[in-house]
Amino acid sequence: MSGTTVLIVDDSSVMRKIVERALRQAGLNLTKVLEAGSGREGLDALERERVDLIVSDINMPNMDGLEFLRQIQSRSLAQGVPVVMITTESGEEHVREALAAGAQGYIRKPFTPDQVRERVLPLLVPA
Amino acid sequence: MSQVTTVAGRPVAVERFEEHLDRATNEVFSTMMGVGCEPVPEEARAEGESLSAVIGLAGALSGSLVLHTSSKAAMRMAEKMMGIAPEEVDEMVRDAIGEVCNMIAGAWKGFEPVLASGCLLSTPTVVSGTSYELFSQKAPLRVVRGYRFEDLTFAVTITCELEA
Repeated sequence: MSGTTVLIVDDSSVMRKIVERALRQAGLNLTKVLEAGSGREGLDALERERVDLIVSDINMPNMDGLEFLRQIQSRSLAQGVPVVMITTESGEEHVREALAAGAQGYIRKPFTPDQVRERVLPLLVPA
Repeated sequence: MSQVTTVAGRPVAVERFEEHLDRATNEVFSTMMGVGCEPVPEEARAEGESLSAVIGLAGALSGSLVLHTSSKAAMRMAEKMMGIAPEEVDEMVRDAIGEVCNMIAGAWKGFEPVLASGCLLSTPTVVSGTSYELFSQKAPLRVVRGYRFEDLTFAVTITCELEA
């Protein structure tokens, strides 16, 4: 797989680093990692750069992950780019809401690199 | 006798809150830090500088989940998560403790179907210092558990009221 540019959106800088490490451990060749501390910062990043993958938390101040997803859809930002939610929210309603808002994958925290590999890699392999 | 309470007409096994908290805490430590975490019989008390991470609970139940730890244990948790040993309680340590608390709260409520969907979590707030107290409104349900990982201890407290 060629290099991947990823946008990681999480209000925790620690969690952004852990997600980046998990993506690398999952086998992704990350050529560029963009970080955003909120949905709003994530939108700003997408206005500036094209990415291959978006990984986002849900529960964040200053625009949560679901609103971030809806904004991506309504503003046609990152069309065709897979979005994976990594969040502590595990209820079926949260999963349905995220998928309905445009997410292609959902990973619950705490997570293992194997779970990241299983959920993320299939989204990046060309059909 | 089994104690079963209902929230919005659905049963919530309050008597299993402790067990679920033990499972959630161990799951977070083993998955994110690679270390086991066991309950200890006595409530862990932090001497000197300590940190408290607070997650607000709302919806099907209202209250808080608080992780209280010594600075030494907090720095060890951050080191285990990040692979970098902090020299002091800095932003990385506070951030890490907030996330640990957040994940414990999420995993804990995830074991109870009514709470998994019906209980919302706030973003974490972290307090640190040598002399402070946290006050919460009187609530009918209070679960206090002490835990040990490696040679260090910490405590998790859930204080809450179920929605009628």
